[in-house]
Amino acid sequence: MDTAFLIETIIKIVIVMALFSALAGIGTYFERKILAFMQRRLGPMNVGPYGVLQFGADAIKLFTKEDIIPTGVVAPVFKIAPVITASTAFIAAAAIPFMPQFTIFGYTVHPIIADINIGILFILGVMGVGLYGPLLGGMSSANKYSLLSAARAAAVFISYEVVSGLAILAPIMMVGSLSLIDFNNYQAGGIGSWIVWSQPVAFVLFWIAAFAETGRTPFHLIANDHEIIDGFGTEYSGMRWGLFFIGEYANMFFISFVIPLIFLGGFGDGSVFGALALFGKVAFFFFFFLWTRAAWPDVRPDQLMWLCWKVLMPLAVINIIITGIVMM
Amino acid sequence: MKNEQFNNRNVDNDYFLLDIEDYPTDGWSKFKRVVKRSLRIELFVGLWVVLREMIVFKKHTISYPEEKMPIGPRYRAVHEMKRLWESGTERCIGCGLCEKICVANCIRIDTKIDENSRKEVSEYSINLGRCIFCGYCAEVCPELAITHGGRYENASDQREHFTIFNDMLTPLETFKNESQVEFEGFGAITPHEDERVKKTPLAY
Repeated sequence: MDTAFLIETIIKIVIVMALFSALAGIGTYFERKILAFMQRRLGPMNVGPYGVLQFGADAIKLFTKEDIIPTGVVAPVFKIAPVITASTAFIAAAAIPFMPQFTIFGYTVHPIIADINIGILFILGVMGVGLYGPLLGGMSSANKYSLLSAARAAAVFISYEVVSGLAILAPIMMVGSLSLIDFNNYQAGGIGSWIVWSQPVAFVLFWIAAFAETGRTPFHLIANDHEIIDGFGTEYSGMRWGLFFIGEYANMFFISFVIPLIFLGGFGDGSVFGALALFGKVAFFFFFFLWTRAAWPDVRPDQLMWLCWKVLMPLAVINIIITGIVMM
Repeated sequence: MKNEQFNNRNVDNDYFLLDIEDYPTDGWSKFKRVVKRSLRIELFVGLWVVLREMIVFKKHTISYPEEKMPIGPRYRAVHEMKRLWESGTERCIGCGLCEKICVANCIRIDTKIDENSRKEVSEYSINLGRCIFCGYCAEVCPELAITHGGRYENASDQREHFTIFNDMLTPLETFKNESQVEFEGFGAITPHEDERVKKTPLAY
């Protein structure tokens, strides 16, 4: 391991951390604005022109609030839970190629922190570990709503993980690799070679599972504000709650990268246009997360389990069988 | 925004009953409902509706401190003291009826005899923290001197906060450019009152 590689990796880590922490903050601004526009409201308007500095005000508030550890909580677990959510979201980003490789000052940069050969498995696994944040935070909070939320987190976890894993198995069979770079190169031939055309069912299933994975609105039942206060976040305040928040939004961004990379051609042939197209696709998927939040109602936990186990999982299994028969 | 929509108390007859199907009872009809709902892609109708609202961009928010909703002409907010149209002197004669009738006990009035041997109001205060804005003071006032106004922003940092006579009195400039507004609510004379006045027998 030479020094240049070490420096490059550290720089990439710092850039990804800084960029996506900031993006998570700005993502809240977009979310509030878009939801407001869809509901005929104005959204944040007062901090800065059209409220663009709102996330700065939120950040100041979160950073300076008192860090309250209530009596009765299991303090070590309570303290570590938000860190799990935030850190796993960023660890998952290690295997995501954000851009095609480019050359700067005669040095070729691969905008992926670690091109490991089990990329998708790593991403799904680490994102799955992220649900330990709500689970542990909810269980250690000494609050019945948090406990309910932890139970729901466990229910969501065992439901969606099956669907996302089985749904992605069919594309993996086609590509024959788990690295997202290989996925991208498999689809480099243009729109016609996107996996979504040959695996539409897997695409839809993985997309649905992504909503459960990130806990966004049709499946926003872990921290369902109108039923169980803020769920696992009820007892949290200040930056610990903020870490949950950053984790959730970073997860949204990363899953928005993963879906196009697997199904929609990623950055294509590696040109500048391909990179811009990838960012456009990411923007669409992020927008869709906000869009559904404005339009759709939440399902109950039992409905989510019904959907995942009785509808989506059989569909995924049938999809795998058909893919296997076609490939033979 | 106009006042008409506040004055129209009649509910429009645009309502209609929704055609709600009965709940399925057996498994086969439940299955049919699931298939029907899945294939009618109702979820995308919802997505289209919110997207349309975003594109149409017709906002209903009123940025409150900068813009305000119009309030009805009979809105009963902080009191006002009116001036006589003829002379510009204050209408209040210091009778004290408003203090007597006040159910919240929030009006204090003190009078004295001035140099012309006329009764004059020396102290007049209303505790807005106690006032329930019932309008009795305006109704009982024989001179239409105290009425309600439209100034509803009377938040305070303590429960007892007062308004005094000179704050409520119509300013002279307002009076001089003839923009003193008569209150149409409690205590106001009804329209066309002049025509309904019977002449006294002495006029015959």
